[in-house]
Amino acid sequence: MEEFTQILLLFISTVLINNFILVRFLGICPFLGVSKQVETAFSMGLATTFVMTLTAAATWLINTFILEALNLPFLQYVSFIIVIASLVQFVEMFIKKTSPVLYKALGIFLPLITTNCAIMGLALLIPLNGYSFIASVVFGFGAGVGFTLAIVLMAGLREKLEFGDVPGVLKGVPVTLIIAGIMAMAFMGFSGLISM
Amino acid sequence: MAVKAKQLISDLKNGLWQENPIIRLVIGMCPTLAVTNTTENGLAMGLATSFVLIASEIVISLIKKLIPANVRIPSYILIIATFVTFVDYFLKAFFPGIAESLSIFVPLIVVNCLILGRQEAFASKNPTRRAIADGVGMGLGFTWVLVVLGAIREFFGMGSIFGFTLLGEWYRPMVIMVLPAGAFITLGILVGIMNYISREGK
Repeated sequence: MEEFTQILLLFISTVLINNFILVRFLGICPFLGVSKQVETAFSMGLATTFVMTLTAAATWLINTFILEALNLPFLQYVSFIIVIASLVQFVEMFIKKTSPVLYKALGIFLPLITTNCAIMGLALLIPLNGYSFIASVVFGFGAGVGFTLAIVLMAGLREKLEFGDVPGVLKGVPVTLIIAGIMAMAFMGFSGLISM
Repeated sequence: MAVKAKQLISDLKNGLWQENPIIRLVIGMCPTLAVTNTTENGLAMGLATSFVLIASEIVISLIKKLIPANVRIPSYILIIATFVTFVDYFLKAFFPGIAESLSIFVPLIVVNCLILGRQEAFASKNPTRRAIADGVGMGLGFTWVLVVLGAIREFFGMGSIFGFTLLGEWYRPMVIMVLPAGAFITLGILVGIMNYISREGK
């Protein structure tokens, strides 16, 4: 029971308190690039969550049973990036074969995920924090949910912003960044929620 | 020869303003926002990224004919990851304090879209000399924005620049500036100002 509570707390803190985008600054590129419409933002979030959960599991196994067992820490970055790239490729082929509808929805976003620093950041944070296998998978899933939450909220705000009167020089990227700043302030409110 | 030199200079200047990676192309945002809470961190991150960028542009422009087109992206990433490992171990050995405060953002240079983007857009198509000029220009363009951003945030957030206290005891630091929210807002305003300046120029 103790362990279960720990895992649950880890999930909540990953989604809200240490949100990957707004607190850790991971995955800013898709956050700014793919947040114009709620629907596409949601698909992106879904694809990222999927890959994140798998990446967490795969990199934990590789790090524990290959890199640490054979004492090869200097190969960490090279092997993680290869794992992520091949995982994305594999997921793409798998979805294409099994669910053409989902493939159509996620299609263009999947290849983009390889260079999403949230995924690589996740892979690097797991050995740094020394999570167990189950905790790693929950951490990966929670990171994905947090990512989806932030990007969908942002897309909702930006859809409204289309009708707003934004000064010319602030149109596009600048105003998006300022909104993200205000959202980050709102998320700071969660910081006292759980003390870990 | 004169034409060539001119070409190199224009490649070099390109990254500083016209196609500045952060302000104009809006790539490489994660480290930009994450490590610019102090001027020193911004400078260190800028230099580390520039080194990886220049070194991998040199290598890739030299061996571009040997890389089959189908596997070029994985090959680029491998070359980049090798240089990043090099920088990471160098920082850990000689500047442990900086390595500590940059934490996972040093290894994350691997997935910085700026670096992969330049390999794909420039180094894989141009001779080595031009690739070096492009790498230096883009690297400097990235570094100066990071330093400016770090300086603004450190000045308002802690009343100091490069760790030297400029404002006296009377100054009540704006803590928000060193927190994530401050990073987004400062960069947003900075990009807005840059837009304003370049619009005036036209």
